Amino acid sequence: MIKFLNALSLYIIPLIIAIIFIHAIIKKTPSYEAFTQGAGEGFNIAVKIIPYLIAIMVAVATFRASGAIDILEKIFSPLLNYFKIPTENLIIMLTRSLSGSATLGVLADIIKQTGADSYASKLAAVITGSSETTFYVAAVYFGSIGIKKFRHALLAGILADITGIIVAVWVCSIFFL
Amino acid sequence: MNYIFIFLILISFVCAIFNGKMDIVISEMFNAAKLAVEIAISLIGIMGFWLGIVNIAKKSGLMETISKIIKKPLIKIFPDIEDNPEAISNIALNISANALGLSNAATPFGIKAMENMQDKNPDKAHATNAMCTFLAINTAGFQIVPATVLAIVTASGMHNPTQIILPTLICTSVAFLSALFFAKILERYFE
Repeated sequence: MIKFLNALSLYIIPLIIAIIFIHAIIKKTPSYEAFTQGAGEGFNIAVKIIPYLIAIMVAVATFRASGAIDILEKIFSPLLNYFKIPTENLIIMLTRSLSGSATLGVLADIIKQTGADSYASKLAAVITGSSETTFYVAAVYFGSIGIKKFRHALLAGILADITGIIVAVWVCSIFFL
Repeated sequence: MNYIFIFLILISFVCAIFNGKMDIVISEMFNAAKLAVEIAISLIGIMGFWLGIVNIAKKSGLMETISKIIKKPLIKIFPDIEDNPEAISNIALNISANALGLSNAATPFGIKAMENMQDKNPDKAHATNAMCTFLAINTAGFQIVPATVLAIVTASGMHNPTQIILPTLICTSVAFLSALFFAKILERYFE
């Protein structure tokens, strides 16, 4: 199974590129010109998202460094005990929407502290794999086109993250407990 | 967004005073600003590559073909992009690239889709319903195989690491559907 999946992810990129190239040859499209023209936009987009990334990453980094999460941990710990959630997992639930690199760091830390086959590690892995970093995605996508009024987009994303975490706790308790 | 931005930073300062971590907060703050630029710069190459590939597909007419195939189900989710064939195919490519775990490829497709939607947006600072729905489902990060996490747990020596694939798939599917649901419900209440 895992070999098949690895092979699949290895060949999918060349397959997509080959289909696009073959289609371009059939349609007699000047591929090299089209490629360089499109690739030139990469720079502009990257530069355009910089201010939005700075704002969001600074806000998230200050929040994480301030120890606010430790305070939340104390508030939530009775709730965690009730649902049989290992306390180690609270930090990953709180960081998942905020920072992708921090989440991977916390996952590695949980695995180190509790062992790779512990329930805490499996739950943390499922939580990490089942969501994206909401704040980062918002900064990149809306930043690239200069949207300032996000309306309900972030709220919908965060509510979906919370739903995902609740389902993760429930599904993992069925699969792994 | 204004409130979230101000709230996160002010709350952090208050907590930092209580926890005696002000020195760390200040250094992390400036590190993050530096890191934001480094991340953006590191995106240029990968983004440029995929935008080049996408542009070939656009010029050869492949994008239009894809958009015709996928149009019907997609405009049910995004009713306001019916007259925007490029947005339709870029959204389709973004969702499929994400599903396959190719987030490097998914991001440029997603940004292109946002640009296509922005072209038809009367108020350039204000997100449209379709943009919000599209952003929400992207933050749910739907993918069939969680490649990065799988690599980490395999490397750390978990027995039978593939056991996390099915639970993860269930969770990410629910998150995807609930993002769609919440975006559709909330769009009525936000101007």
